[in-house]
Order: sequence, then structure tokens, then C-alpha cells
Amino acid sequence: MLQTCVLSLLAFTGASQFALVGALAGGGSPFTAAVGAVFLSMRNAFYGIRLSQLLALPRAVRPLAAHMVIDETTAVSLAQHGRRAARIGFVVTGVSLYLLWNLSTFLGALGAEAIGDTATWGLDAAGPAVFLALLAPMVRTTTQRAVAAVAVLLGLGLLPVLPSGVPVLAAALAVPVVLYVEGHKRVEGRRTQRAQQASDDSAQGEDR
Amino acid sequence: MNIWIAIAVTVVGCYAVKLAGLLVPAGALERPLVQRTAALLPVALLAALTAQQAFADGRVLVLDAKAAGLAAAALALLLRAPFLVVIGAAVVVTAGVRALAG
Repeated sequence: MLQTCVLSLLAFTGASQFALVGALAGGGSPFTAAVGAVFLSMRNAFYGIRLSQLLALPRAVRPLAAHMVIDETTAVSLAQHGRRAARIGFVVTGVSLYLLWNLSTFLGALGAEAIGDTATWGLDAAGPAVFLALLAPMVRTTTQRAVAAVAVLLGLGLLPVLPSGVPVLAAALAVPVVLYVEGHKRVEGRRTQRAQQASDDSAQGEDR
Repeated sequence: MNIWIAIAVTVVGCYAVKLAGLLVPAGALERPLVQRTAALLPVALLAALTAQQAFADGRVLVLDAKAAGLAAAALALLLRAPFLVVIGAAVVVTAGVRALAG
């Protein structure tokens, strides 16, 4: 009970917490369990890179803000227009989620099995739906859509093959892949443009 | 005791990872390619995460009532429904499909 709450208060990354508890309950060694859990949280580093640009946090605030760099805060911040809104979104999401997360951990640890199966009420669909709604404004351009599509394929395709947590990270490869293909197309486009221009030039030459 | 060690390692590790991302110097992010990559990374990660939450149970791919719920959410998004309506649609449709199926 104390352990569960300390983990929630100090780690504050759902996936990693579940992974740690799952691995420990499954009889895994504490060290392997911990490494797996940390690995699961790697994506938060990528979120942090983007957020530090977006929020332009003062150096002194960063260690505190770092605690709140998670899926939800990133999604909300990126969906805002302007730095002020993004900062507000980040803080409000971070703080409210932190309080609720830890409150529910506490209640859960107390033994609130009385609630029953959340799946019966369809509440498990709320998670992906929230992410989908937050993702929607981020996939406006063709590039963004391509990245999202490739990422979904990678994330789902690799799921049965790789240990949990790794497929999501592997989905990040969608970015270089799409950017590479795009860059390739642009070079080719430029080449045909140049060839076009050259033929236009020679046509003009013939006119003269 | 061992469990406390595991908790400590997880806590420190997770925090270090989060902080590392925030502390990447701004100078390293000035190159356009790095900027584009950093801007697109969350899109990729969130998209993959959404798909996994919707279509996977643990490491097994599943197509269940949640998919119907997510489809309802997508439809609501296309119709420019407010945020809570989108979530509500997903929850209600998922529960409905489950009730009908089982």
C-alpha cells in the first residue's frame, strides 16, 4: 500500500508503474522490472525535447516541470495555440492529473474493487478517445498524417514481436522514414523542374 | 526490501529521462531538420500509443468494442463535436456494443 503510493507520487508515469508492478507480481527480478519500467518511460524524453522549445521554461523551473512531462501534458500543450496557452495547458493538466492520479492510486490501494469492472461501462475506451481528440489537430498536413499512419503501423505491427514499451519507441522511426521519403521526392521534383527549365530555355533559344 | 530498490531505480530513472528531454540545449535544436523531427516525434508516439490502447490487450492485437467506440469518436471529431461529446461517444458506443454482444 505504502509502496504503491510512493511509486505513484514519485514516478508518475502510468505505463511504467503498471510495468513495474506487473513484472514484480509475475515474479521477475526487481532490477529487470525496474529497467523495463524506465525503458517504457523513454518516450517522455522525446516529449521533453519538444516541450522545452514550446514552453521555453526558465532553467530554475525545469526540474519541477520535468516531473509532469508525460503523454497527457504533452498532448494538451501541443494542442494549444501560442506559448501562454501551451504553458497553462501544461500546468493545469499536469497538476490536476497528478492529484487525481495519486488520489485514485490511494483509493485503489485501499481496495476499491467494489467499483467493478470498468470495461463494462466502456470507460476503457475513454483513454484512446482522449488521445485521438488531442491528436486530431496535430495531423493536418500530409507529412503529419503520413507520420501518424506509419507510426500506427509500426506500433501495432511490432507489438507481438517486441517487449512491451519498445514498439511505441520504434514508432518514432516513422519520423525519419517519412522525412527521408519526403526529402527524396523534393530532390526529384527539383530535378524535373530543372530539366523543364532547361528545355524551356533551349526552346527560347530556338525561337531566337 | 528488494521491491523498494526496484521502486527507487524506477523513480530515479523515469525522472532522469523526463529531465534529460527538457535540458537538451536550445542551440542543438536550431537546425531545421532537428526541429522538424522534434515536432513530428510526439505525433508518431501519440499515434502509436492511441492505436495500441485501442487495438491491443497487452501484447495481443484485438478488435473489440473499443474499436467501435474509437470509430464513433473519430466520427464525432470529423463533425467537429466538442471534446467531451467525442469522449462520451466513445464510452457510450463501447458500452453499448459490449452490452449487445454479451
